[in-house]
Amino acid sequence: MKRFAELLDRLAYEQSRNNKLRLMTDYFRNTPDPERGWALAALTGALSFQHAKPGLIRALIGERTDPLLFELSYDYVGDLSETVALMWPAPPSQTLREQQEPRLSSVVTALAALGKSELPGQLARWLDQLDETGRWALLKLVTGALRVGVSARLAKTAAAALGDKEAQEVELLWPGLQPPYTELFAWLEGRADKPANLDPAPFRPPMLAHAIDDSDLATLDPNDFLGEWKWDGIRVQAVAGVDENGARIARLYSRTGEDISGSFPDLLETLRLPGAIDGELLIVRDGRVQSFNVLQQRLNRKAVNAKLLADFPAHLRAYDLLVDGADDLRALAFAERRGRLENFIARGNGPRIDLSPLVPFATWEELAAARQNPAAAGAGADAEAIEGIMLKRRDAPYIPGRPKGPWWKWKRDPLIVDTVLMYAQRGHGKRSSYYSDYTFGVWTKGEDGDVLVPVGKAYFGFTDEELVRIDRFVRRNTVERFGPVREVVHEADQGLVLEVAFEGLQRSTRHKSGLAMRFPRISRLRWDKPPAEADRLETLERMLDKIETGRAAIATANRAV
Amino acid sequence: MRPEDILIPTPNGVCCKLGGFHIDPTRPVDKAVITHGHSDHARAGHGAVLATQETLDLMRLRYGENFAGSTQAIKYGESLSLGGAKVTLHPAGHVLGSAQIAVEANGLRVVASGDYKNVSDPTCAPFELVPCDVFITEATFGLPVFRHGDPDAEIAKLLHSVALFPERAHLIGAYSLGKAQRVIALIRKAGHDKQIYLHGSMEKITRYYQNRGIDLGAVELVREAKKAELAGTITLCPPSTLKELWSRRFPDPVTCFASGWMRVRARARKHLVELPLVISDHADWEGLTATIVATGASEVWVTHGQEDALVHWSATRGLRARPLDIVGYGDEDETDGVAENPGEAP
Repeated sequence: MKRFAELLDRLAYEQSRNNKLRLMTDYFRNTPDPERGWALAALTGALSFQHAKPGLIRALIGERTDPLLFELSYDYVGDLSETVALMWPAPPSQTLREQQEPRLSSVVTALAALGKSELPGQLARWLDQLDETGRWALLKLVTGALRVGVSARLAKTAAAALGDKEAQEVELLWPGLQPPYTELFAWLEGRADKPANLDPAPFRPPMLAHAIDDSDLATLDPNDFLGEWKWDGIRVQAVAGVDENGARIARLYSRTGEDISGSFPDLLETLRLPGAIDGELLIVRDGRVQSFNVLQQRLNRKAVNAKLLADFPAHLRAYDLLVDGADDLRALAFAERRGRLENFIARGNGPRIDLSPLVPFATWEELAAARQNPAAAGAGADAEAIEGIMLKRRDAPYIPGRPKGPWWKWKRDPLIVDTVLMYAQRGHGKRSSYYSDYTFGVWTKGEDGDVLVPVGKAYFGFTDEELVRIDRFVRRNTVERFGPVREVVHEADQGLVLEVAFEGLQRSTRHKSGLAMRFPRISRLRWDKPPAEADRLETLERMLDKIETGRAAIATANRAV
Repeated sequence: MRPEDILIPTPNGVCCKLGGFHIDPTRPVDKAVITHGHSDHARAGHGAVLATQETLDLMRLRYGENFAGSTQAIKYGESLSLGGAKVTLHPAGHVLGSAQIAVEANGLRVVASGDYKNVSDPTCAPFELVPCDVFITEATFGLPVFRHGDPDAEIAKLLHSVALFPERAHLIGAYSLGKAQRVIALIRKAGHDKQIYLHGSMEKITRYYQNRGIDLGAVELVREAKKAELAGTITLCPPSTLKELWSRRFPDPVTCFASGWMRVRARARKHLVELPLVISDHADWEGLTATIVATGASEVWVTHGQEDALVHWSATRGLRARPLDIVGYGDEDETDGVAENPGEAP
């Protein structure tokens, strides 16, 4: 438990992805089985046991400490589990404690077997046996929230690195593996053969596209490509198969291979034909694709209940077919796979799964027009949920990763606005000595003339050289400091204008400006522009009105049909 | 005679009217007795100063020759009669030269302990328990959540990180007087014998420690080193410089901070620390409570820090306890935000 606790402790403070990987790989290398396997299970969220509630932990500490000292401590530390971990009274004998320190493996196996009434007593015994960091890690484990900034994918990547393997290889095996993963580690350390993946519905690494620009376009022949809409949802892989007992297995995976089946039972139950579809997860109400904002509302919910399923019906729009029954189609040309896909969808998985239509074009100009106005090019009422156009070579096989050439994405033009830098905050990791997170605002009428109101925050879109220049500007033009945040001069004639690009706008009661931007980033630094010439809140409001009337007009048109 | 007739708390520090002196006064006074060299306890501008030789030397290093009208050095265990009071200094185990000040009159003894710790430290004399009637204790870490644990284990954590990231520099924020030198000594004790680097502002004090015979191994100013040479090395610097322009001379630095505050995650995160090292020169909760009991004092006065918890605890043990509201004590270099100015100048 001690090593695992030290690993979690270090991961919780480390910001950099690479360094987190190094820490985990080092741990996997130097920790024996089965401890490291249970750690991998904890980091990937593969452990299942009844989690302890905060009330239980509060009761345990209440029996052991003076209530006023507990309150003063809790008030100072601010986190219940941490307060308990720190002030838990040490048992009388230090050596006794060291002899008995529990192993991670015994903790997780005991947790899975414990009855509800036995949990408090066992938890107290473990807390007696551990030190501060150990108690903190134990409480994180039993309350079910590690929160150390490690995704399942990252933990698998770190394990794979033990054998110089790609995460993808581990990902492919993963559904067939069980904690504590001894056969996985044996293979990674070259002591055994690769474990066979007997999973009937495995994840297959997806093919990704490069962004295209005009210069790329000029060199390409429109006849070589097929065009399709790029939907603004989340890219998923839906896989169905039959296990050795003849039972149907269906799974939904995210683009990175995370199994998200549990969140989308409504979609999975309609996935009947054995195969693997590459598509976009969307919310479709009354035959209409909803915006990403609506999808986000479903993604944000932890508990999947009947109301959520009714209000946010999940839908799969299919782009590609990787497997059809027993046939792996990935080596076939896209045009051929497309034919198989159309046939597969027609055979029927039910109305929640449909085909993403092709966008017909003969010249790049025609395609550009479709991209500019998807509603008129066949997308109709769903145009608002279109992010752009995908171009796929007719003759390209399905290649995992992001090969350059066969697939291109051509996004719609972003929305652009000129803003003024108002606050800057230090970044994390490598950027922690730089002011790299920027809050920017636009002009609006205040009580005594125009004032700037913050409309968003962005921390990328600029080059390293530009970052150095902005950082210098921030340090030289600070008007006030609040911990890691600096207020930067922002007057009509003094300040820095940032051109900000964003993908969408919505109304928000959380922001003073009443609006929230989707995916804002710095697109240009306007050192040349006086802040007085930056945009006004009214400009953003007009953009929002346009978006909303656009939606309303489409809705009206739809009802008329 | 009441304890208040020997020492009486005032907003500027405790005062002995009998002897006509203040202990660690926060404003200039005629006569001061100083417990240790940290700037919140040892201020410049007093008429006469009585302290250990080390404390006087450290004040001279920091404030210049004319930091006081006159000075008088006193050894640990030596007594001096001031007015009707007998004054004796005893080691406090906090930093080099730190002392507890025992003041006696009419068979009643009050001990002003200043800052102290009751654990071993290779860079200063160990804390000495002084039986007394009234014990004046600090309360910097006066909450039961503060247990500092084993400093050697923290150093082991540091050295493991240095081995794991040989291409990065490890930058340890540590208070310039005492902590920095103790951390270096602990690193040496763990067997690490490579060059250790220092921020320029720590040079004078560190050299002073070495001149007093404290073995710190090879210690150099980081100013002399090139960026590439700093990979895999350890550098000590004031906490306020950890995230300043100065830190950019290091290859992908791992930010460490050696302090008792690092026990609390929110504190460590606020300083953007990647590797917190729980190493403190103050007594932790166990140390404070054990010391109070061991002095045999029937009355406890609590200053600077978490007074409420310690006063409450003392009351539950049947001791008379009161907080002293003295303004101006706190951790040297430790302000609630990251102080930004040092190191910012080019």
